[in-house]
Amino acid sequence: MIALTLREIRFAASSGHALLSVIFFLLVATLFPFAIGPDTPLLARTGGGALWIAALLAALLPIERLVEPDRASGILDQLAVRGNSDEGVALAKLIGHWLSFGPPLMLAAIPAAALMKMPAYALLRLELGLLAGTPGLAALTLMVGAIVAGLRSNGALAGLLMLPLAVPILIFGAGMGEGRDLAAFKLLAAVSLLLVAVAPFIAGAAIKAARD
Amino acid sequence: MSGAALLELDQVACRRGGRMLFEDLSLILEPGGAALVTGPNGIGKSSLLRLAGGLLAPVAGTVRRPVPVALADDRAALDERLTLGRALEFWARQDSTDPAVGMQAMGLAHLDAVPVRILSTGQRKRATLARVISSGARLWLLDEPANGLDAEGLERLAAAMARHRKSGGGILTASHQALGLDDAQPVKLR
Repeated sequence: MIALTLREIRFAASSGHALLSVIFFLLVATLFPFAIGPDTPLLARTGGGALWIAALLAALLPIERLVEPDRASGILDQLAVRGNSDEGVALAKLIGHWLSFGPPLMLAAIPAAALMKMPAYALLRLELGLLAGTPGLAALTLMVGAIVAGLRSNGALAGLLMLPLAVPILIFGAGMGEGRDLAAFKLLAAVSLLLVAVAPFIAGAAIKAARD
Repeated sequence: MSGAALLELDQVACRRGGRMLFEDLSLILEPGGAALVTGPNGIGKSSLLRLAGGLLAPVAGTVRRPVPVALADDRAALDERLTLGRALEFWARQDSTDPAVGMQAMGLAHLDAVPVRILSTGQRKRATLARVISSGARLWLLDEPANGLDAEGLERLAAAMARHRKSGGGILTASHQALGLDDAQPVKLR
């Protein structure tokens, strides 16, 4: 289980996928001010929402390599033959994927917030939101990645499946930027927790179903 | 060698994609035994092996498998990005065994530092078998183990299978080629 989690992290790092998500996130953060113009108050007001959309799209990037390569190469079958439950394998993947996705994104949010001219307290709220929201995004990526594994043109399908499901995270995540209370944070954490809790079971069931 | 059976299939039926592949199949594999599954393409030989390995559930009957199993099918299940040695080591760690055993047995020691992605078909097959040999599992499920192997590879496979059976292991295999398992109990699917 720990070996599987470490394997996920190692591959995310060595294959450059972790870095790719971060670069993508920063690229969107760089492009957004170009589109909006150098209007500091406007940028600061909309920056949080734009960064959440960037985070959502960055979460979509690794969706095809999270489950499908391991299914196609028979690694998931070999793990099952050794008595590992598919749910356990999915949980290991979830932890490994979040560790290579969440913290790097939170780090990248610091320069991104600077590009958006966001004030310090807004950055703090964004970081808090990412801490609560990225596990939910990672869980969604894993679930949808497992569901579309083995299907043709799974990349496009994955986007169509995942983005609508991510709407609650987007609403409460971007909602963090407004106001100073923690109501949006609590709802964001609740949505994220729900996704994390069901992800191993749904992804495990999808892996099992793909075998038939 | 005597003892409990390594694999017991009792009146097993397998259905895939809405089609009944086989029904009422019973099989007992004793320690040191081997069973050779034969039949035309698409009859369900691979499905039978996957059923024995627990990857498929039978629609009827029971599968009893009290010992650890190792499966070799047409997929090597090795990480393409790693070297062969490291990729086999991953599975050896899972099984708490030594990957060198299988690499020696299949004559792969000199490919230790070669990335999996540039291996040839035959070398991949040898690596798949090396993973099974290293696994330490008492029951081997070999799906077309001779595919892509050269004469020397076949000899090594036969030797490894003989050693495995001598030490009380069992083999369930599906193959269209002769594997040197002349005393294996035949399992004909039709």
